[in-house]
Amino acid sequence: MKNGSDKTNIKTALTIATAALLGTNNLAQATSTSIASVEENSWEFDSAFLFYSEVDRVSASEAIFNANKTFENEEVLNLKLTIDALTGASANGAVAQPTIQTFTRPSGNGQYEIAPGDTPLDDTFHDTRVQFNGQWTQPVASNLIASGGIHISKEYDYLSLGLNGNLAVDFDRKNSTFSAGFSYFQDTFTPEGGIPKPFASMLIGDSSDPDWDDEFAKTRIGSEDDKSTADILLGFTQVINRRMLMQFNYSYSVVDGYLTDPFKILSVVDHNGVAQDYVYESRPDSRIKQSIYTQSLYHFDTTVLDVSYRYMWDDWEITSHTIDSRYRVPLGDDFGTESYLQPHFRFYQQSAADFYRPFLLDSDPLPAFASADYRIGEMTAITVGFKYGMLVNNGNELAFRLEYYHQTPTDAGFEEPGVLKDVEIYPTIDAIIAQVTYSF
Amino acid sequence: MECKKLHISLLVPVLISATGCTSLGVEPWERDLLAKKEMSLNAAPIDAALDDHIYFSKEASSGGKGFGGGGCGCN
Repeated sequence: MKNGSDKTNIKTALTIATAALLGTNNLAQATSTSIASVEENSWEFDSAFLFYSEVDRVSASEAIFNANKTFENEEVLNLKLTIDALTGASANGAVAQPTIQTFTRPSGNGQYEIAPGDTPLDDTFHDTRVQFNGQWTQPVASNLIASGGIHISKEYDYLSLGLNGNLAVDFDRKNSTFSAGFSYFQDTFTPEGGIPKPFASMLIGDSSDPDWDDEFAKTRIGSEDDKSTADILLGFTQVINRRMLMQFNYSYSVVDGYLTDPFKILSVVDHNGVAQDYVYESRPDSRIKQSIYTQSLYHFDTTVLDVSYRYMWDDWEITSHTIDSRYRVPLGDDFGTESYLQPHFRFYQQSAADFYRPFLLDSDPLPAFASADYRIGEMTAITVGFKYGMLVNNGNELAFRLEYYHQTPTDAGFEEPGVLKDVEIYPTIDAIIAQVTYSF
Repeated sequence: MECKKLHISLLVPVLISATGCTSLGVEPWERDLLAKKEMSLNAAPIDAALDDHIYFSKEASSGGKGFGGGGCGCN
């Protein structure tokens, strides 16, 4: 996927998807019209383009093209193509220092320097991903619906293959639904530079030295590794009354295999907080996650409130709370077309994994596992934003979404020695999420 | 502690279903509001898929509403 032709293919696909989305009077409409004449308009399409950008860090562009066809006997075929491209800088896990720091790139080819006081970011982070999903859903008996699907995702250094299946049974005049589903993913990771040896010291020096490659290879244990993810999801949906609907889910997820991030390191500091070494992180090779999820929809006279809550816990001792809410307000046709405004608010809070360490002390014995990845540290995050949607061209919908994401990693009780007191150990992350969706 | 939470979470739907036949639910002709697209539990699946990808990449939790899954090397 890194060669020229593949890059061109991805760019072409991205261009087509974007054109389908933005060129509503041209390509998308042409597609819609030609499909309509052949299939009597039984296909429905959604196309979306999302831009995600963090201040000074990662930017991502993601395009989705989704097609739905409903057949005569209520069978539904869903096909979805997702293409995304990531670029920018990502925290490598080391802590800021009052002096310049030098790190070796994950590939082993070359080094980068971080200015005093700055959070170490590796700016070579870039990837392009193509994902395909197919799902078939059909009634198999009275009040019983079955569904099955496949998932393929490929990026330069990662391959993910997945399967899922689901059964849903309706009862009490279809006011209640029980569902049970499973999914299984098999992922293979082939990171550039190979799989680092857990807690091996990052080799820093002259990468043009004749011995460099041999020395670098000593910090590696292989070229690829894999992991599997098996999920079980049980759900119950209940119509409360004419205005209200509720859902309750329980999920159990077992992840086995390589769960370490090969690009993440930890600073090993002395009693003054001065970095003496950088070591590659190490995580357990299994994780069991469970969650409960509840969602409620309420239709007021004209507006709709959608609120959900999730509690997640796992055997890494991470727990999290997520509250997500949307409030849809129809604006009538005040702007010349029927439209709505939908404010969105999300709150997220998690505790740290039991092996999370912002840094290691050289006076302490090495723990069994350690990671300084802020994503498994203690944090709070909020998302605020809105979506504006309008009906155009005979019921097709055009919608815009703009959101702001603010993540605040917090100190889970680690005492900072010496110079670490004067640098930012838990930098916040700010991101803008902008999206355009066109459904036809 | 965690088992307790789990039991409570499973109890809620059971209680609702136990009482469902008597007080909950609507007749087929009362589904005018529930039939609207914005009253479906996954009214905007594309938005949900994009959000799942963002939060899976930035936080330690995933799934709940649907499968958490793997699917990308973004975490």
